[in-house]
Amino acid sequence: MNKFLLGLLLVVVLIVCLVVWSLLPWYGAVAAAVLLALWLALTATGRRTLSVTGVGLATLRSRWGASSVIVIGIAGVVGVLVAMLAMGEGLQATLQGTGSADTAIVIRAGSQVESNSVLMHSDAVLIGQQPGVARDATGHPIASPEVLLAVSLPKNNGQDANLSVRGVGEEAWAVRPNVKIIAGRKFTPGTLELDVGKGVMAQFKGMAIGSDLQLGSQKWKIVGEFDSGDAFNSEIWADASTIGPVFHRGSSLSSVTVRLTSPSAFTVFKAALATNPQLKVDAETTHQYFADQAGGINKLIRWLGTTIAIIMAIGAIFGALNSMYAAVATRAREIATLRAVGFQGTPVVASVLLETMLLALAGGVLGAFVAWAVFGHFTASTSAGGGFSFTQMIFQFRVTPALLWTGIKWALAIGFIGGLFPAVRAARLPVTTALREL
Amino acid sequence: MKYFHLVWSALMRRKTRTLFTMFSVLAAFLLFGMLDSVRTSFADAGHSVSGAHQLITMSKLGLGNQLPLSLQSRLEAVPGLTAVARVSWFGGIYQDPKNFFPNEAVSANYFAVQDAVVLPPDQLKAFQSTRDGAVVGATLAKRFGWKVGQQIPLEATIWPQKDGSNTWTFKLVGIFHARDASEKSIEGVMFFRWKYFDEARQFAQGSVGWYQTRVANPEHADQVATAIDALSKNSDHETKTVTANAFTASFISQLANIGLIVGAIMAAVFFTLILLTGNTMAQAVRERIPELAVLKTIGFSNRSVLLLVLAEAVLLVVIGGVAGMLLAAGVVGGLKAALGSQLPMAPVGGSIWGEALILMILIGVVVGVLPALRGMRLKIVDALAGR
Amino acid sequence: MNAAVAEVQANNGPLVQIRGLSKVYTRGKQKLEVLHHIDLDIARGDFFALMGPSGSGKTTLLNLIGGLDSPAQGSLTVGGKRIDTMGEGDLARWRAANVGFVFQFYNLMPGLTAQKNVELPLLLTRLSSAKRRQNAAIALQLVGLSDRASHKPSELSGGQQQRVAIARAIVSDPSLLVCDEPTGDLDRQSAEDVLGLLQRLNREHGKTIVMVTHDPKAAEYASHTLHLDKGTLVEHATVA
Ligand SMILES: Nc1ncnc2c1ncn2[C@@H]1O[C@H](COP(=O)(O)OP(=O)(O)OP(=O)(O)O)[C@@H](O)[C@H]1O
Ligand SMILES: [Mg+2]
Repeated sequence: MNKFLLGLLLVVVLIVCLVVWSLLPWYGAVAAAVLLALWLALTATGRRTLSVTGVGLATLRSRWGASSVIVIGIAGVVGVLVAMLAMGEGLQATLQGTGSADTAIVIRAGSQVESNSVLMHSDAVLIGQQPGVARDATGHPIASPEVLLAVSLPKNNGQDANLSVRGVGEEAWAVRPNVKIIAGRKFTPGTLELDVGKGVMAQFKGMAIGSDLQLGSQKWKIVGEFDSGDAFNSEIWADASTIGPVFHRGSSLSSVTVRLTSPSAFTVFKAALATNPQLKVDAETTHQYFADQAGGINKLIRWLGTTIAIIMAIGAIFGALNSMYAAVATRAREIATLRAVGFQGTPVVASVLLETMLLALAGGVLGAFVAWAVFGHFTASTSAGGGFSFTQMIFQFRVTPALLWTGIKWALAIGFIGGLFPAVRAARLPVTTALREL
Repeated sequence: MKYFHLVWSALMRRKTRTLFTMFSVLAAFLLFGMLDSVRTSFADAGHSVSGAHQLITMSKLGLGNQLPLSLQSRLEAVPGLTAVARVSWFGGIYQDPKNFFPNEAVSANYFAVQDAVVLPPDQLKAFQSTRDGAVVGATLAKRFGWKVGQQIPLEATIWPQKDGSNTWTFKLVGIFHARDASEKSIEGVMFFRWKYFDEARQFAQGSVGWYQTRVANPEHADQVATAIDALSKNSDHETKTVTANAFTASFISQLANIGLIVGAIMAAVFFTLILLTGNTMAQAVRERIPELAVLKTIGFSNRSVLLLVLAEAVLLVVIGGVAGMLLAAGVVGGLKAALGSQLPMAPVGGSIWGEALILMILIGVVVGVLPALRGMRLKIVDALAGR
Repeated sequence: MNAAVAEVQANNGPLVQIRGLSKVYTRGKQKLEVLHHIDLDIARGDFFALMGPSGSGKTTLLNLIGGLDSPAQGSLTVGGKRIDTMGEGDLARWRAANVGFVFQFYNLMPGLTAQKNVELPLLLTRLSSAKRRQNAAIALQLVGLSDRASHKPSELSGGQQQRVAIARAIVSDPSLLVCDEPTGDLDRQSAEDVLGLLQRLNREHGKTIVMVTHDPKAAEYASHTLHLDKGTLVEHATVA
């Protein structure tokens, strides 16, 4: 009964600790670590703990098989977790980093995404004249009418994939100053020339400045590569008036992106569009438009990654429990001797726990490092263009410091669970039987 | 079999350790079962029977680019084709964008091509004779509580009506089922009449999303596809024709490299598991060296000792693994029941179990082989003297 | 057990015949000769005690006779078979059929009941499981532990464990029993029980027994005692 109550108490303590731990920000954890260090250095019990831990760590080498189980097991969990989260983070960062609050995108009412939308040239002219749209030095509205098309091209792995081709005019560069030509030059309007996004350049077959690309019945020439650091890197840009007819789109458009006089001008702009009887359109800031597309996917990946990591963590916890119970068993004599000499329970519990957490920390750091080394600059792609064209979104995994910290937090939590029960066992080992054992 | 109790008693020597190790194995195979179910569902999607004798003819520029209606009669003349249907992606929304489900405009003869569905003959007739008629899969009907005879409004995303309105209303005239459980995902789709759609849409009349055709003999699918693409060669509407299976497979491969992701995760999991279980086995054999020496003293051959330890390792992994797979089967079944049949998870069936069992035995042998060799090679006199 | 008796009648030569037997241990470059040219005959039906100071090579000799180890030189014939030249696999099969072992620390399988421990050697025969169970029960009865058949070793006293070990040694009816300090870990009373049992097996069932012991009282149960000193035999014939 007593044992049962103790077990129950332990589980409650464990749950409380885990909840607090999961909510703790990094500076909270640093504070906790500092407190622990102070306790170890300044109090009598702390110093005893330190010396008992020292003895434990000294014998670690002879138990390296079991210890490496903890380290590698936890490294596996952290590695997979960080990699999965980095994928979601990368996708989200690409989409959320796209667009700004002072540009707005206008598409046909109800079409949800650009690739579904069809607008007429007359609509574009009208949209540019609405209040809230910024004008350039010559008094022209800064509005970019664009047509978004999908084309199927082979990737480096030989498989065909859908790619966004954006037909644009001069204004496209003006509404998106972050799109920079990093090699070659901008296409010349009216010619069969293309500029290719950095992601496309890397992932699709036969992409190089100066080489030809067959799109429909025409042969196009790649004249430049651009980098925007966001979703536009997954696109090919060409002159709208040349590319539209190739895709049987004539002069019809998909969207108009405008520069607003200020972010606050958006409400005026949107209201003006809504009340205009000649226009049936929806407008959103470009920032909001791309963020909406990101939301669902990252949530799904986070959910998947966490579920997988939890199941793996359960496996790793049992591995750690096994190793630490074995460690306590082989050290039963030594622990009992310490207790017989007069050491109390606390240093023994604390030292076993400390040892497990140190091993777990090593595992966490290892796993996070491997995830960073392998996936830090990993480029992947998925169908995330929205709409029916399912064009490829090329993105980089993002192993952020926050994710690394998440991984280490997980590692320490696993170490804590795996160490607590064996630690309590060690402290409760009856001194006499332990001394007689072996 | 007469040695089973020896193996069993060896496992039960340290119950807690065995149990904990089994839990680790369980976790690994729970993950394997679930991930492999996802992988299988994606892999199977490109291998259906009905998909092998259907061809999809789309614009060579890529899906989303339209084809002319004039292609219909030329396709009908291609030898080896038994039926030619037109399809246009509609992309309509029912009430809320979150309610996404595929909905397509199809010609009246569509079900002569698409035989993955079973539609009662009277409902098929009603579909063919009702201008604004629509049929939906059983899963979809259940999801929104739709009944035959009711009106279903969809908000267009691509295709407004002539008057500029986005609202299209269809009359539900039939509910179909999947012919085969492996193609249950089609029960989440809605089909309505292409003619009605084409006449009522604001622009692009006479353009077709893609043609879906049926070949008489699946073995000739490639030749027929080549013949179809030759029809429009060098025109400004070139086509690309693939089997429905190849189409699905390419769609999935664009979504993500599922096989690679699952493979990478499982490699990490099993690597860790082998290390962990291997450590347990090494520990277990180390403790039992004197016992193994006694067995050899009594006259057990080296091979018997080797096999005993291997059997112990395999049994350990198989028990934990089977428990994990049973749990995975339960979880997948539960998720499918709760979230519907669109969930990309195949039931944990024969092939997944087969792979899992092979993996269990393999892992068991891998973790058991070093300890087993150690047991086999021990020198009796040294082991007995505690050296 | 009649088979053993029949064998004794059929073959009148010694059961164990040792000629010029040497054993050398090599540790690194250093060579350590533990047994020097031993000549020894052990007659069928003998109860033979081997005594001597610690480190004199008793266990080494016993292991050689039991076929657990092979000599450096000399010949070793047991029951008419040269065992010094046998390979590992043949030796294992030979041991299973011809020798029973009893150790100082019993060496029972901790996870198995007394009954299952005794059945262990029978797993190597073609006997049916019913027959195995029956033979093990008979052996347990012989050592007086029928009522403890379902107990695990941890639930038995040292003396009882040693009797289970003896039952295991005789269950497959070997002609030779090899015992290394079988009473070394037992109190006087248990030791006498075990020794009495061995003596009974020797007298009533015709088992040839070779026993290493440090205890002169234990040696009194034997019909012959030999002393081993620094690897050579020093004979002291005694009569029980
Ligand atoms: N494997 C080995 N390697 C090296 N030396 C060994 C080995 N086995 C035994 N010896 C040595 O051989 C000698 C005889 O050992 P043995 O075990 O036969 O002695 P013993 O007479 O049985 O002694 P005790 O009465 O203590 O059991 C000892 O000096 C021992 O150190
Ligand atoms: Mg000895």
